[in-house]
Amino acid sequence: MLIKLVIHIICLLWAGSIFWLASQDALGADPVKAVIHFYGIGALNLLIVTLLVSPAAKTFKSAVIMRQRRLLGLYCFAYACIHVLCFWWFELNFSLATFISELIKRPYIWLGMFALLILLVLAITSPNIAKKWLKKKWQPIHNFIYLAIVLVCWHFFLSRKADIYEPGLYALVALLLLGLRYQKFISWFQKAFGRKTH
Amino acid sequence: MKILKSNRSDFKDWQITDENTFNNRRLILKGLGLSSAMFAGGAQANLFDWLKEDEEPRKQASLMALKYAADNNNTLSLTPEDKVTSYNNFYEFGTSKQDPADYAHKLTVNPWQLEITGLVNNPIKLNYEDLFNQFPLEERVYRLRCVEAWSMVIPWIGFSLNKLLEKAQPKANAKYVQFETLRRPSEMRGQTSRFIGGNIKYPYIEGLRLDEAMHPLTTMAVGLYGKSLPNQNGAPIRLVVPWKYGFKSIKSIVKIHLTESQPKTTWHLAAPSEYGFYANVNPNVDHPRWSQAQERVITSGGVFNQQHQQTLMYNGYAEQVAHLYKNMDLTQYF
Repeated sequence: MLIKLVIHIICLLWAGSIFWLASQDALGADPVKAVIHFYGIGALNLLIVTLLVSPAAKTFKSAVIMRQRRLLGLYCFAYACIHVLCFWWFELNFSLATFISELIKRPYIWLGMFALLILLVLAITSPNIAKKWLKKKWQPIHNFIYLAIVLVCWHFFLSRKADIYEPGLYALVALLLLGLRYQKFISWFQKAFGRKTH
Repeated sequence: MKILKSNRSDFKDWQITDENTFNNRRLILKGLGLSSAMFAGGAQANLFDWLKEDEEPRKQASLMALKYAADNNNTLSLTPEDKVTSYNNFYEFGTSKQDPADYAHKLTVNPWQLEITGLVNNPIKLNYEDLFNQFPLEERVYRLRCVEAWSMVIPWIGFSLNKLLEKAQPKANAKYVQFETLRRPSEMRGQTSRFIGGNIKYPYIEGLRLDEAMHPLTTMAVGLYGKSLPNQNGAPIRLVVPWKYGFKSIKSIVKIHLTESQPKTTWHLAAPSEYGFYANVNPNVDHPRWSQAQERVITSGGVFNQQHQQTLMYNGYAEQVAHLYKNMDLTQYF
């Protein structure tokens, strides 16, 4: 319970204080870029933390750690939503026409929106009720988080001009997190393509 | 000359800098018990900050007050000086916009030498003092439109490049002017590592067609806000071409070279599909990754007080410069 409270406090306070500072013009010369980047990178950071949960829980054999995963994932989704909202609101001045035309024209936005769509589905299917209802389908749906982190890293990479090392480092971390699950991927691969060899 | 007055009538009173508001942000941060430096970083905080070298940012020595012909009609909407000097693209000092303000103090600008070479009858070398004494200085308020779809209204101080070029006497076969930024890795951390310098080629090269360079709007700036340029803004001398995207306005110039062939400019080499040689401000030609139809003017005001405006053809100078590009396909020569 205490851990959850700490997560709430950190995520809310951080998000809230940045937003407040941005509203007071106290985030550097361009508060718009600052908030868009903050929530975008924040969502990616939270996605990484979320993906660290199950390896950490296994390593430390801790159910307590495991129980934080949904909350972290939901905050990741929330940050991602604010990221898009800030872009639409402050960068595009809430122009629906521009928002839609940007959505259509820019490949890096397709990637980001696809990832957001995945996060949306995961958020909707995150309550226990949904889990009960979906039964065995729940896990395959939530495996899409692996695709989401790939898309987000790619989105980050394409959004940069020339300084691609930071997105590169994030991609490396994503790769490590996916690497921890290599057995899972091998078994999927075998199920999909491999005939059972003995 | 009339066109040197810029398009000041386009700016409204409400756009005028409110320095009090800007200064208040420091108080707000103090009230929170936080330093502004912490938050400038905090906004961009990421997992890898701990990898970055821990250098103490220092302030540059005081700037020189300049004598210049000032603009008397002060109805202009200026971007606050603090914002002009703390939000810069100057990859020689790092790729984040805060980096130049944090690291450019290391640059030695005096002594300096600016050479004009190549296809000229009279090659010139200007020393640091010459930059301020050889030509009468004027204040020119221009809106600098960044290719990233934001802009700043800046009171530059400088002189027309054509005065300098006339002195050097371009030869008849000179068609282009190539500009080169200082390359000095010992003082420019971005040039020491691809990880800091954003993986672009150094020295930074820009270029203009000779007729563009000779246009009276094309300015060699040595100051802003009444003082010599802060290092992060391109001290001691930089180019300002008000109808082109900001990356054309090369900083800390050491060499101006007149040539017959089109210079191979840095951003064009780095991403030819995104940055053209001409780089004229044009709301009708999108950057591949974003629209250029609108821009945000950076003034004081938080996220709820943003000033969005339609981007103007040639950044509002169509009357003065459109003839330079007659019969050119601007989607091809972007």
